[in-house]
Formats: sequence, C-alpha cells, structure tokens
Amino acid sequence: MTEFKRLTIILGHYGCGKTNLSLNIALDLASRGESVTIADMDVVNPYFRTGDYKELLQSRGIRVAAPIFVSTNLDNPSLPAAMDTIFEPGDDHVVCDVGGDDAGAFALGRYSAKINSIEDKEICYVINRFRSLTSTPEECAQILREIESASRIRATAVINNSHLQGLTTTEDIISSVDFAEQTARLLGLPLKFTAVENRLINELNLPNLYGVKRIVKPPF
Amino acid sequence: MGERFLMKGNEALAEAAIQAGCRHFFGYPITPQTELAAYMSKRMPKVGGTYLQAESELAAANMVLGCSSAGCRAMTSSSSPGISLKTEAISYMAGSDVPALIINVQRGGPGLGGIQPSQADYWQATKATGHGDFQILVFAPATVQEMVNLVGKAFDLGDKYRMPAMILADGMLGQMMEPVEIPDGSDLKLPEKPWATNGHQNKREHNIINSLYLTPQALEKLVKERFERYEIIKKNEQMAEEYLTEDADIIVVAYGASARVSHSAVDLARAQGIRAGLIRPITLWPFPTDALQKAAQTAKKFLCVEMSMGQMIDDVKLSINCSKPVAFYGRTGGMIPTPEEVLDEIIKLGGEK
Repeated sequence: MTEFKRLTIILGHYGCGKTNLSLNIALDLASRGESVTIADMDVVNPYFRTGDYKELLQSRGIRVAAPIFVSTNLDNPSLPAAMDTIFEPGDDHVVCDVGGDDAGAFALGRYSAKINSIEDKEICYVINRFRSLTSTPEECAQILREIESASRIRATAVINNSHLQGLTTTEDIISSVDFAEQTARLLGLPLKFTAVENRLINELNLPNLYGVKRIVKPPF
Repeated sequence: MGERFLMKGNEALAEAAIQAGCRHFFGYPITPQTELAAYMSKRMPKVGGTYLQAESELAAANMVLGCSSAGCRAMTSSSSPGISLKTEAISYMAGSDVPALIINVQRGGPGLGGIQPSQADYWQATKATGHGDFQILVFAPATVQEMVNLVGKAFDLGDKYRMPAMILADGMLGQMMEPVEIPDGSDLKLPEKPWATNGHQNKREHNIINSLYLTPQALEKLVKERFERYEIIKKNEQMAEEYLTEDADIIVVAYGASARVSHSAVDLARAQGIRAGLIRPITLWPFPTDALQKAAQTAKKFLCVEMSMGQMIDDVKLSINCSKPVAFYGRTGGMIPTPEEVLDEIIKLGGEK
C-alpha cells in the first residue's frame, strides 16, 4: 500500500494528469477510512478541474476546497480565505491539486511559508513522457525549476504519470519508467511511484506501481 | 515528430500551424483559446517566427491582413467575442482575395456570454463573417488529431482559392487532451504567390492588394468572379463523415464536440436495436449537401444536434429541400448535450427497432 504524508502537493506541467492523480489519491485515502480534504488550487485552467468533481468527492466524505468561482463563467483567479486553513495543523490528509507550470504554481507561493514549516509533507512533481514539451528529463527539469521559482516550494519526490489516455499500452509504461528514473536522478529526487491505469496493472511486472482510474475526461 | 503525444486541442492547433509553414501569429488572449497563443509565444521564437500580442483583436486581425498580403502564411486565433472584433478585417481579406487562417474556439454568447464551450457562432462563421458578399472556408474538427489535419488543409485551400479559412472549434475541443501525431513540416514546399506585395525588385509590375473599387461596375464584376470560384469550391471541397447511415431510419447531423456526443448516442441507439446513423459535416462552408441529399433518399427523419439554439439546422433543411422532417436538439450558453439526452430525442422521433 502506497503511503502518503499528511500533506501531499501535486505539481507539474499543464496537462500531465495532476487533477486525475489528485482525485485518485484523495479517493484512495478516503477508502482507507482516512479523513481527507482535497484542495483545487488551480487558478489558470478553465475546464477539467478538481472542483468539477465536487459531488463525487463529497459523496465519499472528502472535503473540497476550491476557488469561489470554479465551474462558473467567471474567469476570476481568486482563492477563498478558507484555503489558508488547510495548511493549519490537523488530522486530515490534505491533497493539493496545483495549476500547471509556473503560471499555475504561482498561487501556491502565497502559502509557501506555511507549507515550508510543515514537516509531514510531500511535494510531488508529476511527469508524463507522452505530454508534448516534457518528453526529455532536461525539459522536465527546466519546467520544475520554473515551478519552484514561482511557488517558492521545493519538490521532494517525482511521480511518473506517463500515459496516452485510453491508448496507453504496457510497452508505453515500461519505456516511461526508464525516463522517469533518469528524470528523478537528474533532479536528485526519489521516484515515488509510476501511476498506471487499473486495466493495465495486472499485465505489468514492475515494482512501485500505483493503480488509478480515468476520472477526468470529456462528457462523451 | 512522428511519435504520438498528448496535446490539448489549442496546443495542437498551434503546433500544426507551425508545421504547416506558418511563421507569423498575431493574437490577443481570450479564454478558452489562450493556450494557443501561449504555445505560439514559446514556439515561434524557436523556429524563427513571429509571435505578436497586439493591442486588440482588431489590430491582430489587420496585422494578419498585412502579413498575408506580403505572401506569408499568417494566422490569428480567438474565441467568440474576439472573432466579432476581427470580422471587419476578415471582410477586407475576402475583399482583397488574401488567404489567412482564423481560429475560433467558440464559447457561450451573445455578448461576453461565458467561458464554457458553445457552437453558437455557426451563422457568423458560415453566413456573415463580416459585411459584404463573401464566403470563407469553414472547417469543423471533432478530434484533436483532426484539428491538426485540418489546419494544414485550411492553409492549403486558403492559398489555392485565395480566401480566408476558419477552423471553427469550441472550448471543449480546445481544452481537452488527446493523443496526436503531428506531421513533420520540415520538407514543406509552400506555393508561389505571384500576387503578393513582397517587393518587385524592378523585375515585375508592382502588385496591389486592395478592397476599394471606384466604380460599381468593377466591383460587381469582381464579386461575380469570386462567386464563380465559390461554385467550384462547393463542387469540389465538401467534406463529411458518414457513420452507420446506410440502413439508418434516423440520421443525426452534428459537427465538432456535438458530433462526439451524437456518435456515442448513435452507438447507444444501435445497442437498443434502433437504426440510427450520423452525418458529421467537416466542412461547414462549403456545406456537405451531397452527403445529406444522398442520405435523404433512404432516411426517414433527421435530427440536428448543436450547442446552440439551432443554426446549422437551416443548412440541413436547405440541403435536402425539406424533403424529410428535420428535428432539433440543442443545449446552449456553455452547456453540452449528453449522449443520453440525444438518445432520448432519437427515441422520441420514433426510432424503430
């Protein structure tokens, strides 16, 4: 069973799959009987956001903190005052889904002092080899530097979330592990796990896999 | 590239344009299109191109007119309210016989409307993208891969017929991610443009790009010539996808994201034994009248599905001369119909098992 710290922050390039992974981690922790809060801290992306899955999350007893105007027509990058409280000491597991790239991670900088003072935390940098502009370890390193500079928070682990949606094959996953290990080595960070869609997980004989469901998808 | 990557529709449109030889992008940010401009701002400097954020949509569109006049492959992109601002320049492009690519990642309207996906700019794109007697080529992709493929096609046909071309997408297609393969454009040969105002070097007469005519006789003659060209385009360039239409009693007609929804609805109907099919117009102008006329010979009813109050339905009725009943189902204001809702409409129309 994959262990999670009390605070898990999910960072990464636009479209690497942060929201889908955050939802899976939150649902996983809730299914273990943990008390969970998920924070949608994305202030740049108009569609496909954690806040769009509020009903599903709340039905599993997960608290949702999201921008006030999420899923509305207001393109207003504001976070509620209550967002501050999720970084206070408590018993909840907190999963933070941060916006993509440096632009998206900028809002996290507002909470950096508080976050940096928390011991029991993991700052996960999510990578997807099949996402354009992040297909080499060097490109991944460049984007993380920009994110760290904007958010004033340092990553502590890498998560390999390489996939091509429904077209992902076991070969794709196997080839991505090598890429993820190289990236982690370049960044001097541990590789926390490789996320794999549940339909493929039994066909793979690899260590350190984390099964996920496809939750974030268009309505057709 | 050659390899498959996950891309957002907006990014794929941008990369496809670069691979199609476009080196000049003029834009102004607006949700849900912004990633396209953001991607261009990162990529254009790396390929020796120009990314320019203008002071307004009007300026951006007029820069495209100027750049295209000089013979370059130029483009702009926006979302609904921004396209309204660009329509003056689009009319000037059409009146000057200048090709260019305009991308509309539609959102809810009218007015500022909203930032969620919509298809309510169909009339604007196909009937009146500005003042005057003219048409532009309009392409309606339904997947991220098709967005890529149609960008190249839009540039090529725009050059061939010397007219502006539009990709009419919507926020859903712009924002969603799918695996895509982008063609490598490094060996691309662009067509000669002997009409371009790119410097005569004292070797030829100077070219003039203009849309002002001092006598009505000259203007009428030119507009008529342009409409003769439109007839050739209507004959040769219609594109549509037909899905399970051959034995279908009820044929759904939908484009873009609505077609994705309708495709799923047709599958649901077939699973219940209902003979449903789908015609998906890929070119909205020229409208694929041939495919509809053929289908009208065997289908009993049509159902037009749009993310609007019903705009394309006019062209569906005209295409088949109202020879069969055409019903409508739509959501608007940023709402997306679900496959189940469309299935309910198919059943209401008496889809037979």
